[in-house]
Amino acid sequence: MKKREVVTIKMDSVSENEEFARVAVAVFLSRMDPTLEEIEDVKTAVSEAVTNAVIHGYQGGEGTITLEVSVEEDVLTVLVQDEGVGIRDVAKAMEPMYTTAPDGERSGMGFSFMEAFMDQVEVVSAPGSGTTVTMRKKIGR
Amino acid sequence: MEPSFIYEAKGRTLVIHLPRELDHHNCRNLKYETDLLMAENYISRILFDFTGTEFMDSSGIGILLNRYKEMKASGGKTCLYGAGPQVLRVLKIAGIPALMEMYDSEEAAFGGQGVEMP
Repeated sequence: MKKREVVTIKMDSVSENEEFARVAVAVFLSRMDPTLEEIEDVKTAVSEAVTNAVIHGYQGGEGTITLEVSVEEDVLTVLVQDEGVGIRDVAKAMEPMYTTAPDGERSGMGFSFMEAFMDQVEVVSAPGSGTTVTMRKKIGR
Repeated sequence: MEPSFIYEAKGRTLVIHLPRELDHHNCRNLKYETDLLMAENYISRILFDFTGTEFMDSSGIGILLNRYKEMKASGGKTCLYGAGPQVLRVLKIAGIPALMEMYDSEEAAFGGQGVEMP
């Protein structure tokens, strides 16, 4: 049995890092011999979670986002954590098309996409104590 | 810095050539830029060009839906062409095919519409 492998990255909460994060996870994932579709699924889900941290967690301000990617057997786990404002009502935030963003350009589909592209999405959050999104996906089915 | 979007007016159609990665970072200027162009030109259709786009997330869906709403309010249309496999799956999950005509190429997008009024 292979042991768990893990990579942790701490990055500034800036929109440039949305691409960095999804590409870094894709490179890590490549060791699991994924299909192209699996890589795209994971990249999209990571992009959503990191974008949420930048826009909502830190409201466009300064902060640090922690990205932890791990593999155990054939399951990829991605954790995206911020220490920002947190979410008052997680169930409401996860409803499709729900958004609190003021600029009207947001679709409100971030969590729906995470759920569509990953097998499991878990959100732990409270006002003032940041948000942790943990996503899992079985690779190579 | 290389611009995210390239705009091209063809008759009453505004073609918006999208960047390789259509995410929150790259979407930031689109609303401001299209609002300016729409104010200065008579546009009845927005046509998004996905030919060069390899990645899109829900930020891209947000800008598509908002252009769709704006165009619909003024009696116009929003269409797209050239979507690759990843973009296509994201479009489908978001329900875009029910709202916008999707073409394989720019030629098809213009051919399918008939003759544009000058």
